[in-house]
Amino acid sequence: MSVRFDNPDRAEPWAQRHWDLRAAGNFIGGGTGTGFLALAAIVVLAGSKTVLPFIVIGLGFVALGLFCVWLEIGRMFRAANVLFHPQTSWMTREALVAAPLFGVGLFAIWFDDRMALVATAAVGLAFLYCQARILQASKGIPAWRHPLVVPLIIATGLAEGAGLMGVIGWFVVDDRFYMQFLPPLFAVLLVARFLVWRTYIRRLGREGAPLGTLAVLRHYQPMIFGFGHLAPFVLFLMGYVISGRSALLSVMLGAAMALVGGWLIKVVLITQAAYNQGFQLPKIPVRGIGMPRPGAKPGWSEP
Amino acid sequence: MTKYGIVADLRRCVGCQTCTAACRHANATPPGVQWRKVLDIETGEYPDVQRTFLPVGCMHCDDPPCMHVCPSTATRKRDDGIVVILYELCIGCAYCAVACPYQARFKIQERTLAYVEGATKNEDTRFDPAMLGVAQKCTFCVDRIDDGLAKGLKPGVDPEATPACVNSCIAGALHFGNVDDKDSNVSRYLAKTEWSRMHEELETGPNIYYVWDEKR
Repeated sequence: MSVRFDNPDRAEPWAQRHWDLRAAGNFIGGGTGTGFLALAAIVVLAGSKTVLPFIVIGLGFVALGLFCVWLEIGRMFRAANVLFHPQTSWMTREALVAAPLFGVGLFAIWFDDRMALVATAAVGLAFLYCQARILQASKGIPAWRHPLVVPLIIATGLAEGAGLMGVIGWFVVDDRFYMQFLPPLFAVLLVARFLVWRTYIRRLGREGAPLGTLAVLRHYQPMIFGFGHLAPFVLFLMGYVISGRSALLSVMLGAAMALVGGWLIKVVLITQAAYNQGFQLPKIPVRGIGMPRPGAKPGWSEP
Repeated sequence: MTKYGIVADLRRCVGCQTCTAACRHANATPPGVQWRKVLDIETGEYPDVQRTFLPVGCMHCDDPPCMHVCPSTATRKRDDGIVVILYELCIGCAYCAVACPYQARFKIQERTLAYVEGATKNEDTRFDPAMLGVAQKCTFCVDRIDDGLAKGLKPGVDPEATPACVNSCIAGALHFGNVDDKDSNVSRYLAKTEWSRMHEELETGPNIYYVWDEKR
């Protein structure tokens, strides 16, 4: 049965316009910042004494993300009201976790305390989890409410953080010796992100999703795979094969691509692939004689 | 208990959009904001085609996702089931708008007018700056219900206590009342008909009931 919709107020899903690049900026800043802190914690646990630059960079990204979302809200000077609903709202929980995140981070800076940096990273992971749950609780957007969004946002955040560490970590760490084990970790995180991303798209298609969402995701899939995963992976491998300055440059370039690839995933997910639920006609009604006919759910893929 | 809901008889709706116009008049919604609207849906293939009109809006869900995600507690559910927004608390994050699977929520940042020449007298009189930058949606004309109840009227039976869209329906397709009362007008209507609710699989418990046949 074909379905045609004549009304400009469409019945099929359309791309939401409530959250734009500013909202995507929050997920990018939060993911990159907390992912970077997680990687910084590993470097510190490996023996590095670097604290200040790691914290400043990590929390700087998180703060930038929160600033982006502040620009998005309609009543900026009521922003504190975001704290009122911890019982069920993941946005409130994200805001509440931000307080200890910055508090412990400032403690780490003030006392130059490596263990406080590790604690900051742990709180950062809680912040990242809240961000993932914010998306999943958005019941009106099928691409967001899918359960695999949670591991996707976490895997992407960690890979973004690894990418950022791979780009600038070499310049701020006290001894590059502590970074030596990171390239294989980058590769593992990259593979993990790709696997989650691919599984997410496949399951969306298999379980039913707005056609617009699937079209957007499939459109960007080659770019995200090639630019954000395959090329960085090859560059990491090259970093092992070759040596010296070229090896470092190879890893840095791969890390930068992995970082931007993660940002691309979030921009696509938030601003492009976020088609809403649309409307459903439960049954074609009986008018006069006849029997009711099956309803219609326009603009959706068959599960 | 009281739980207000709307019964929309799809067999009777002619898609005239009178409910849309009545809602806009009653609530002074600006251009681009339609708390109540009627979708025009054509199904089938020539020559076997059917046209169906589907009134949509806030479903005042039993378990509203908009309320759960709201970080400011601005979205609340009253004891009578009506989901309302406290505009003075809302921060305009639009989280509720992406959480609503019925596309029922709107947010406008700036005042919009119907005509480029300027505001009409009605637009000037009824403009409410508190509605800018915050979420807004159908309220089931909660002020009419509350005023009507204060006067001893019965929502869904007495027009003064009934949502404007229901009052205006020229085809008798829209009915309003207490779905928890088995003797109410809407419960009796639902008892003798076949009906469905939209997106049941999402388990939000929507309170617009779409009638599509007599009970056979």
